[in-house]
Amino acid sequence: MNRIIRLFQELKERQESAFIPFITSGDPDLAMSEDIAVALAEAGADLIEYGVPFSDPIGDGVVIQEASLRALSQGVTLRKVLASVARIRERSDVPLMLFTYFNPVLVYGVEAFARDAAAAGADGILCVDLPPDDAEEYRKALRENGLSAVFLAAPTSTDERLPFIGEASDSFVYYISRLGVTGEQQALSEGLAESVARVRSLCGRPVAVGFGISTPEQARRVAEVAEGVVVGSAIVRLIAEYAGRPELLQEVRSFGKRLADAIKER
Amino acid sequence: MPDERGRYGAFGGRYVPETLMFALDQLEAAHKSALQDTAFQQELALLQRQYVGRPTPLYFAGRLTEHLGGARIYFKREDLAHTGAHKINNALGQCLLAKSMGKPRIIAETGAGQHGVATATAAALLGLECEVYMGSEDMERQRLNVFRMELLGARVIPVVSGSKTLKDAINEALRDWAANVERTHYVLGTVHGPHPFPVICREFQSIIGKEARSQILELEGRLPDLMIACVGGGSNALGLFNEFLQEDSIDFIGVEAGGKAITPGMHAARFAGGTLGMLQGAMSYVLQDENGLIGKTHSISAGLDYASVGPQHAWLYESGRVAYTHASDRETLDAFQLCSRLEGILPALESAHAIAEVMKRAPELSCDKLIVMNMSGRGDKDVEQAARFILTGEEP
Repeated sequence: MNRIIRLFQELKERQESAFIPFITSGDPDLAMSEDIAVALAEAGADLIEYGVPFSDPIGDGVVIQEASLRALSQGVTLRKVLASVARIRERSDVPLMLFTYFNPVLVYGVEAFARDAAAAGADGILCVDLPPDDAEEYRKALRENGLSAVFLAAPTSTDERLPFIGEASDSFVYYISRLGVTGEQQALSEGLAESVARVRSLCGRPVAVGFGISTPEQARRVAEVAEGVVVGSAIVRLIAEYAGRPELLQEVRSFGKRLADAIKER
Repeated sequence: MPDERGRYGAFGGRYVPETLMFALDQLEAAHKSALQDTAFQQELALLQRQYVGRPTPLYFAGRLTEHLGGARIYFKREDLAHTGAHKINNALGQCLLAKSMGKPRIIAETGAGQHGVATATAAALLGLECEVYMGSEDMERQRLNVFRMELLGARVIPVVSGSKTLKDAINEALRDWAANVERTHYVLGTVHGPHPFPVICREFQSIIGKEARSQILELEGRLPDLMIACVGGGSNALGLFNEFLQEDSIDFIGVEAGGKAITPGMHAARFAGGTLGMLQGAMSYVLQDENGLIGKTHSISAGLDYASVGPQHAWLYESGRVAYTHASDRETLDAFQLCSRLEGILPALESAHAIAEVMKRAPELSCDKLIVMNMSGRGDKDVEQAARFILTGEEP
């Protein structure tokens, strides 16, 4: 069974929420990203979101944009990210999802991409700018290679669209908890419990909440209402802050541990 | 027309983060109802006449015709529209749409500043709040246009991400729209982006071709043989061509920016160096590398300097209905000067690309043939830049 589907089943039995950290692959470099992914898994991450850097990341705020540019400036490509996934897979069984924009996948070839991503050991794909409406060929390729397709739901998604998004996503739905792009924020969106309940009931899938969760306290509160908690920019910012310094791994591991503990204590 | 999902064959579509899907549905519905709404259409028609100065003339370029010694050449004078380019047609229409959707805030992207100025103008006229995203490098190059937008009451927001030019300004406008979609309309400036933008922009620009049809029939008693326009995103070209695409007797040429040379990074000719890709919401031809990363582009004209092209153009290219070619920076500067000297018209550097193609075609055609070219904008904005190239011999 697909690792991500199994993960959400097991968490449901244990009545726990998933800790889902996001990192940009190749920032500060691919070898360090691999170390960070393994360290986060050891710190308690349930699912690693491994970001594929892109030149025009329209869904991302400034922290992740800059991480993407740093990775691209060293020549990181989708092909190299897949090789990196394979190296992570040699060291860890943690479920891993690629977070990407569509154009690199399109140019790689959708079928070849699904085949190579699965062979590398990835478990799921989220394509930020590919809504399920135009994704038939993509979904078929993922399905045939045992990869889980994850799609986004937003506060503006209508009652008509949510069931469609749920049907297209076979493990969980990634709910963007606020309008806008990725990034940290001081306060969580009001009425989050109600919004997540609406998305869960209309999608018929577990819901992971992302965009704007940056502290262990916020993560704990989100874990009370959702099956998964994504923390991205706060981790990416920490990586940028400590890049090139010997304490980088330890800092990320310790932040990851605090997030994981907060999420598991809900 | 595209299919109901905004597709022209393999091109077009709606590739955006989920946050924007609702806004695009809402915009599509508002546009459909505006097409049926006589009050909306009357208000638009009145403003086009009294404010924009439409219809713009179809002008017989007699001295250029004589000089080139072939086909009779007509210019559709969009350079005479208010704010000096065809951009106002779309900006005004979309700002009216925003009003009809009850959205008080307008955002736009701009490269050289023409679409930004047009949008700031329409927003001022209609009392809408307006913010324009512009790459910080472009702001430096186009300081006068920045001040012009500010005079019109708009706020110009510098974009410092990526290459700090048009493409990055679009990224930033899309991000803003995703965050503020409930009270904001994004006036996208060309026939690109996620459906329904390519259709909406083309519909508001199609007045160019509708006027040109009745004007050429009145002046010559028949349709033209060849139509030529420059193609950046492609809105002025579709504005002129769309009305005539069903006419089998007419040939069409779209002229892209050939830049310094057709080698990666030195031009913006998508049909000469591009491949199938998806940029900023639409499937089309894209200048990119083998990893799907968007390539750098170059053109003497900021309005043509973009890595992708409207999806309907990609479709017209593949079907062969429109031929696409390119003019180099050098050919463009020559055309810019020839047109100024012979016709007393300073063309925009964008439009000068089309003139460069007219200079190649007209002499090959007999003098009973008719060419209609879209003079999409005036060149006053480009005079300082042109002076550097022409007077000091600086390379474009």
